[in-house]
Amino acid sequence: METYESVKQSHADGDGHGFDKAAVWRTFWILLVITVVELVVGMFIAPHFHPYKLWFNILYIIFTLAKAFYIIAEFMHLGHEIKNLVMTIAVPALLFIWFITAFLWDGNSYKNLRNTYDPYYHERTTTPVKGHTPDHGHEAEKPGAIH
Amino acid sequence: MAQTAVAGKQRWWEGGKSPFNVEYGKLMMWYFLMSDAFTFGAFLISYGTVRFASNGWPDPNQVFSSVPFMGHAHMPLVFVSIMTFILIASSVTMVLAVGEGHNNNRKGVIKYMILTIIGGLMFLGCQAWEWFHLHEQGAWWGKNPFLTFNGTEASTNFTNFFFTITGFHGFHVFSGVIINIIMLIMTIRGVFDRRGHYLMIEKAGLYWHFVDLVWVFVFTCFYLF
Repeated sequence: METYESVKQSHADGDGHGFDKAAVWRTFWILLVITVVELVVGMFIAPHFHPYKLWFNILYIIFTLAKAFYIIAEFMHLGHEIKNLVMTIAVPALLFIWFITAFLWDGNSYKNLRNTYDPYYHERTTTPVKGHTPDHGHEAEKPGAIH
Repeated sequence: MAQTAVAGKQRWWEGGKSPFNVEYGKLMMWYFLMSDAFTFGAFLISYGTVRFASNGWPDPNQVFSSVPFMGHAHMPLVFVSIMTFILIASSVTMVLAVGEGHNNNRKGVIKYMILTIIGGLMFLGCQAWEWFHLHEQGAWWGKNPFLTFNGTEASTNFTNFFFTITGFHGFHVFSGVIINIIMLIMTIRGVFDRRGHYLMIEKAGLYWHFVDLVWVFVFTCFYLF
């Protein structure tokens, strides 16, 4: 019980340690700038370079991980906790690496198998819709719109 | 933090002290968020798997191109960037509430909790508008009016995943707003002052930041890819 109280006290102390207002605002600006850059790339640059979509996606992943890092480390304060605690969060999260790799690989394999062995599926999903009259927002089907 | 500096020398596992140097409830909140992260991860990864298994997929720049009061103007990603900004801003006010809690400043906590709640409600309002607008365009679970990049017919996987995952996230935002309102009421009634610390605000804050964190990934997966 004594230790529990000491933990509480160390966090509830009014001396302001463990809380840095300047760091909060710095994190806010970093997140905002990354988001704005992502939007500019997504809105104005990527649509003109459609064959390079993969590279833009890699760029988005880097930006996303950077944002996730700053939210977890600063806003959620994990960067200022002791290493034991950081590791119990970070090590299980590494499972995501396998998780993402395995499942996306599997999806891609399924696509290749279907395209190879299911000609009807291949034809249906690669033939553009003809004479499609949109009954909703006209932007979605404008032929050759942006990209 | 002072504790971090001496962490190497201190023997955390010898007993007699909390090995993680955080309060029990906060540690359990972290582990709950881990499980929630895997739930969201499973959703997003299944979305990725299905998308990788498809020959075509709708272009987010075409689907998400409307802004309220702008009619049919083509403004891709503008509205969702406003939503993202609202959520980041409400995360900041949440941290500031936690900071005021460190100083046992009740007025400050109340002020920033109210701002955080307003931010959460604004986000939910934006999401309601977006869902309503997509529904008007004919999109819903089981219905997908949008064509793929190549002009081929898209499956309903796109709308199914979109509404399920943003819906699950929106439900998290909603419960976060409820938690924050409860925290606000407890603060106003002076519960934390009598307790002598504002650790509950920190735990609610962890949940709120997690909701923001998930949105970062939802944003990338649905609106940018």
